[in-house]
Amino acid sequence: MASDKVMQLNDADFDATIAGDQPTLVDFWAPWCGPCKAIGPVVEELAGEYEGKIQIAKMNVDDNPVTPGKFGIRAIPTLIVFKAGEVVDQITGAVGKSQLVDLINKAL
Amino acid sequence: MEKSHYELVILGGGPAGLTAGLYASRARIDHVLIEKGAPGGQVLTTDWVDNYPGFPEGLSGFDLMEKMTDHAKRFDVNILTKEVASVDCSPPGTNTLRFSDGSSITCSSLIICCGASPNKLRIPGELELSGKGVSYCGTCDAPFYRNMNVAVIGGGDTAVEEAEYLTRFARKVTIIHRRDELRATKILQEIAFANDKIDFIWNTRVTSIEGTKEVERLQLLNNDGTTSSLEVQGVFILIGITPNNQVLPLDQLDHDNWGFLKTDAETATNIPGVFAAGDIRSKLMRQVVNACGEGANAVIAAEHYLMQKT
Repeated sequence: MASDKVMQLNDADFDATIAGDQPTLVDFWAPWCGPCKAIGPVVEELAGEYEGKIQIAKMNVDDNPVTPGKFGIRAIPTLIVFKAGEVVDQITGAVGKSQLVDLINKAL
Repeated sequence: MEKSHYELVILGGGPAGLTAGLYASRARIDHVLIEKGAPGGQVLTTDWVDNYPGFPEGLSGFDLMEKMTDHAKRFDVNILTKEVASVDCSPPGTNTLRFSDGSSITCSSLIICCGASPNKLRIPGELELSGKGVSYCGTCDAPFYRNMNVAVIGGGDTAVEEAEYLTRFARKVTIIHRRDELRATKILQEIAFANDKIDFIWNTRVTSIEGTKEVERLQLLNNDGTTSSLEVQGVFILIGITPNNQVLPLDQLDHDNWGFLKTDAETATNIPGVFAAGDIRSKLMRQVVNACGEGANAVIAAEHYLMQKT
């Protein structure tokens, strides 16, 4: 698995990361969330397949309360795709890979 | 290198699928278990499992499924992480599974354990505010509702269990149920009735979920025709399940009115060599304990089928 290709974001480095040239997909998750665990391998797979095209990142909402609050996140997993610092689109729940690919393609 | 044909494909990695994998691997059947994400299924979202024998102290659904996955891996169950786009069970004896990436595999025997997903209410505001106060998983999202007022819609085991779990975070939890009594297991009802933080609104349906950016209130309709509204910041919709049959050939497989697959006592569907186990089966009770039993049974039935064929 390409887990080393998934960035781990925190409240401090979040803004700078999503403002970069490359779009970013952020998976907001928590260790106690079953569907987050279910979707984990898919996110890691995408990080390998889309390397160089989009940044794939995860944010633990337990450790980082500020950013999820800013984006009104009230359910996890929520995956948001950003481009130049702006939200392009988002999806909630343990969706399949094809739906995540569709989400990524909106920012490419 | 991925093979293109297997004697047995197990579709789905919840309790039924993982148990089927365990039995298939120990029986040395040429098999693959296909799961779109990490194995575990719906149980992953269950806060606490108190009725699975062998665990007298109970354990979280998350832990139980981690143990089941580890157990399957100990016996080298062949797990493939891929999303199935369609299944074709004809001609009988050859089943074809097409994946979302365009590739496909065939198998002589197939055990369908795709499980089920939470039902939607299909009312205005539900889709629009999904993830913004509308949730289908209390154990996932409860911590976002610290000191807030939330509603739980439903009256079954899941609704009552999740309401109880939500009281650990929320200020008040209101269970809204369309009947005048709960369907949940008696011991769960007793716990809910004894909890000061849980209120009940009986004989009532929710007609819409309102809020500009996040959930603000629910519009309610009592069975006697009176209407009212309830201010809440979150609403948990736990009104039963719908089968995950979207990729299955329902024109080939016998199913009930709700789309659950019809099987005989040995888990065989109407198509020779195709079996179903777990929540996807048309049956009376959907619990981890019988899903596992059906998964094991399906493997033995499939093994018989494979032996007779050759």
